[in-house]
Amino acid sequence: MPVKVRIPTPLRSLTAGQSVVEVTGKDIGEVIEHLEKQYPGIKTRICDEENQIRRFVNIYVNEEDIRFKQGQATVLNEGDEVSIIPAIAGGADGEVRRWPA
Amino acid sequence: MLKIPKQIYDQMLVHAEAEAPNECCGLLAGKNGTAEAIHPMTNIHQSPVSYMIDPKEQFAVFKEMRAKENELIAIYHSHPHTEAYPSATDVRLAYYPEAVYIIVSLENPERPVLKAYRIIHNKISPEEFEVLAS
Repeated sequence: MPVKVRIPTPLRSLTAGQSVVEVTGKDIGEVIEHLEKQYPGIKTRICDEENQIRRFVNIYVNEEDIRFKQGQATVLNEGDEVSIIPAIAGGADGEVRRWPA
Repeated sequence: MLKIPKQIYDQMLVHAEAEAPNECCGLLAGKNGTAEAIHPMTNIHQSPVSYMIDPKEQFAVFKEMRAKENELIAIYHSHPHTEAYPSATDVRLAYYPEAVYIIVSLENPERPVLKAYRIIHNKISPEEFEVLAS
């Protein structure tokens, strides 16, 4: 079913500048696959080599973070709005390597 | 050039000092390169050497910005013990090319230093800013 997907600025070069696109998919995993078909190259920006959502990418269905739902298996209903939002993080030194996996 | 009202500039310094020794973080929203609102955010790392804005707060502020037709003007955070220059981590995690990255250094607690940068494709370039009298 069709859902709206909000595309963050760094990925808009892949969507011809569009900030909102419409794709179909019964769950988040399918939406990512369909995004990749329509906008080749977008998947590797969202998922890592093991097909997991990258740690610094947050995905919301309406108001809810999919990490607190069923991740990529989170089921979508018609009219749902999916938002892809890169985290905002950094810091004074290489602390990242000490973060829990 | 980025324009920051004095009141917002001062609030960033106050936020950095209030969170020390941990890093603070927050967002500036506005239009046409002028900051109009400051959103101090929660650093979920609560760390003196790293930050991550609470994703839930970030989502809410982004939504509010869209509703007000504001843009993300700047992302600020503090370096409590080091200079006001982006670290390798800051560069690697700079996912917002449209925003200016502001760093408040408290290396010398008596004299906080605030500097601004663009970080695009892993390249750091200093960004000039003007503090507007309130």
